[in-house]
Amino acid sequence: MKLLKFKGGVHPHDHKELSKSSQIMPVPAPEFVYVPLSQHTGAPSKPIVEKKAQVKKGTRLSEPVGFVSVPVHSPVSGTVMGIVPYYHPLGKKMDAIKIKVEGDEIEDGIGEERDYSNMKKEEMIEAIKMAGIVGLGGAAFPTHVKLSPPPDKPIDTVIINGAECEPYLTSDYRLMLERPDDIIKGTEIIRRILNPKRVVIGIEDNKPDAIQILREKVDGTGIEVVSLPARYPQGSEKQLIYAITGRKVPAGGLPFDVGCYVQNVGTAIAIYEALRFGKPLYERVVTITGGVNKPGNFLVPIGTPASHVIEQAGGVKGEVGKIIFGGPMMGLAQITDAVPVIKGTSGILIQLKNEVHIEDVYPCIRCSSCVDVCPMGLMPNMMEMLINAGKYEMAEKMGLMFCIECGCCSYVCPSKRPLVHTFKMGKREVLKRRKK
Amino acid sequence: MILISILVLGGLGLVFGLFLTFSAKKFHVERDPRIEKILEVLPMANCGGCGAPGCEPFAEGVVAGKYPVNGCVVGGQEVADKIAAILGVEAAAVVPKVAVVQCLGDRETAKRFAEYTGIKTCKALDLIGGDKGCVYGCLGLGDCVEACLFDAMYMGENGLPVVIEDKCTGCGECVRACPRGIMALVPKDAPIYLGCVSPERGKDVSDVCSRGCIGCSLCARVVPEGNITMEGYLPVIHYENVKNPEDLKPAVERCPTKTFVVRNLENVNV
Ligand code: SF4
Ligand code: SF4
Ligand code: SF4
Ligand code: SF4
Repeated sequence: MKLLKFKGGVHPHDHKELSKSSQIMPVPAPEFVYVPLSQHTGAPSKPIVEKKAQVKKGTRLSEPVGFVSVPVHSPVSGTVMGIVPYYHPLGKKMDAIKIKVEGDEIEDGIGEERDYSNMKKEEMIEAIKMAGIVGLGGAAFPTHVKLSPPPDKPIDTVIINGAECEPYLTSDYRLMLERPDDIIKGTEIIRRILNPKRVVIGIEDNKPDAIQILREKVDGTGIEVVSLPARYPQGSEKQLIYAITGRKVPAGGLPFDVGCYVQNVGTAIAIYEALRFGKPLYERVVTITGGVNKPGNFLVPIGTPASHVIEQAGGVKGEVGKIIFGGPMMGLAQITDAVPVIKGTSGILIQLKNEVHIEDVYPCIRCSSCVDVCPMGLMPNMMEMLINAGKYEMAEKMGLMFCIECGCCSYVCPSKRPLVHTFKMGKREVLKRRKK
Repeated sequence: MILISILVLGGLGLVFGLFLTFSAKKFHVERDPRIEKILEVLPMANCGGCGAPGCEPFAEGVVAGKYPVNGCVVGGQEVADKIAAILGVEAAAVVPKVAVVQCLGDRETAKRFAEYTGIKTCKALDLIGGDKGCVYGCLGLGDCVEACLFDAMYMGENGLPVVIEDKCTGCGECVRACPRGIMALVPKDAPIYLGCVSPERGKDVSDVCSRGCIGCSLCARVVPEGNITMEGYLPVIHYENVKNPEDLKPAVERCPTKTFVVRNLENVNV
C-alpha cells in the first residue's frame, strides 16, 4: 500500500525524548478540582448537582444539552462547593463545578466487568455519549456524534490516529506502548458500530517501538498498522486521511464526506473502558514537559489545576516564561497556572523565561514560504494582509475558515509575522459578523 | 493624416457623448429630492453611529422610514429638527449620549498575571484571555481609541483609555470596537456610572482588582428604590428613574471599593 504525501508541512525538532521513556503515573487528587461544564466542541452541559452535594469518582455532574454535547463526571469523591466561573484553557472564565476532595470513593458499579458483546449499535453509542467521551487528540469533538454519520454517508475506512505529530507530546505514544490491547479492543468496538471495510492504525515512523507492538497485537484481527513519515501536521485529520486513503476532504467538509472516520488512540481506550467497565471519562493522560524537573506522562483527574500537576512533575526548573496547554505548534499559552486540565488537554509545556524568545516582527518580504508549507493550500500572507486591512469577507473568500491553525506558516515565516494569531482573530470576527 | 485622426477621434467622442446623454435621460431614476436635502443637513461624518453604513444610506433610510428621524447621534437635536422639517414630521427628543470607560483596573489597581508580547490590539489579546487576572476588564491596547473618528479618545498613562467628553459625539464606534464591552454610552447628563463590568463574586473580584465592584449591594440599598438595582453581582443604574442626581450621592460615598465614577455631581466625599 503506497502512502501519499500531503502538501506542505514542516519538520520541527520534536523534543519527545524528554518524556518519552517515562511510564504513565497517576496523579493524586488535589485539594479542589474545577470541572468546567464546557470541555467539548458544542453546547455546554447543564449541571445536575447542587452546592453541598456529595459526589464520588464517576458521579455524573451534568446533562448534555442537545445532540452535540456530552456530560461531565466527577473525577474525585468529595463535596460540591458550587458552580463558579473559573479559568479555562480557552482563555476567558467559564462555569465550572468546584469540588472539595474528600476520601477516595468510587461510584457503584464502575470497574465491574460487563459483557458488551450483545449490545446494539444504538445502545453502544448512547453509552459512549453518557460516559462523556470526546476526541482526546485536542479538538474534543463529542465521539458519539462522529459515530453517527448521516445514513447517506457510509463509513468505509476507520483510522485510529497514533501519529502524535505535535512536538513534545508523548501521551499517545505511552498509551500505545502500555495499553495496546485496550486500543485494539476500543477499535473493535468502533468497527462494530461503523462496520467499515478497512481499519487502519496510523503511527508516525519516529515511534518504531509503538508500530512494532501494535503490529504484533493486531495479528489476525484484520486491522492494519501503517507507518507514516514523520512530518507535522501528519496527525491532523485531513492530512491523515489523504496520506492513508488518498482521498481529499472537500473544503469545509468533514471526514465522513469521504467515507472516513478518524479517532485518536486515547479515545479508543476511553470507549473500551466505558463499555467494558462502565467508566466515564473523568481522567486522562497528560504529558508534562519542557522546563520541569521530572518531565513525564501522568494520569490526571479532569479539573485538576495545572499548578498541582506541575508539582507532580517535580516543579518548574527556574522562572516560568510560558505555560502552554497542548504542544508548541497548536497549544494555547495560559495566563495562570490555576487553569484546570480538561478532556482535550494532551499536554502541558512549560517554557522557562530564558527560553522564550520574543522576536521582532518585520514586514512581509513576500518570500511565500508560508504558502509552501500550508497543508491546506492557503495563502497565509494574503490572508494576513486582508485581515489587517479589515477585509474579512475577502479573507474568507481566500479560505480563512479552512485554516486548521496548525501553525506551520508562523513557524517558517522569516519575518516572524504572527500569522496564526491573526487568523484566529479573523475567524472570530467572521463568525461575529455572520451572527449579526 | 493628422486631420483624419482628429476627425475620427472627434467623431467617436461625439457619438459616445450623445449616447451617454441619451441614456442618462432615458434611464433616469427618480430619486426622492428629500434625500439630497437631508444629506445637506447631515454632518457627513460617516461614523455609523445611527446603525446605517454611512450618511447617505442613512438619509435614504430615514426617507424610507427605516431609521428614526432623530437617528443621527452626531447631529443631535439640531439635525433631528431639520430632518423633521424636511419630512414634515415631529422630531422626538434626542437624548445626547457620551461614551464612558467602565473599568478602573489600571496598572496599579488590577493584578497583571502575564506579560503579553503578541499582536498589539485588544482583539488579539482578548483571544488568549488577556494579561490581567480579571478576564473581563480593559485590555488597554486601545482598539477603542483607534476606532474613534472624532479624536475624542486617548490612551491614559495608567493603561486605561480616556474619553474627551467635549469631543465625544456619542457615535458608539468605540463601543463596537471593544471586544470586552468596556465602552458604553450613557446619557450626557448622567451623574455617575459604574467603573466595572466583572460579573464575579466579591472575593474573586477583589483577589484580582482593588477597584472592582464586589457586589455588596450597599449602593442599591442607600438610594431611592429603583434608582439602582442588582443584576447578579453588579449594580445597574436606571438613569430614567433618577429624579434628583443628588439621590445617588450616598451610593458613591458608601461604595467600599469606590467603583462609581462621578461625572456631574458636586461635593461628593469619596
Ligand atoms: S495555520 Fe492555517 S494558514 Fe497557517 S499553515 Fe496552518 S492551515 Fe495554513
Ligand atoms: S512567510 Fe512571512 S515573509 Fe514570507 S510571504 Fe509568508 S508572511 Fe510574508
Ligand atoms: S469616544 Fe466613542 S462614542 Fe465618542 S466619538 Fe469617539 S468613538 Fe464615538
Ligand atoms: S476599552 Fe476596550 S477597546 Fe478600549 S482599550 Fe479597553 S479593552 Fe481595548
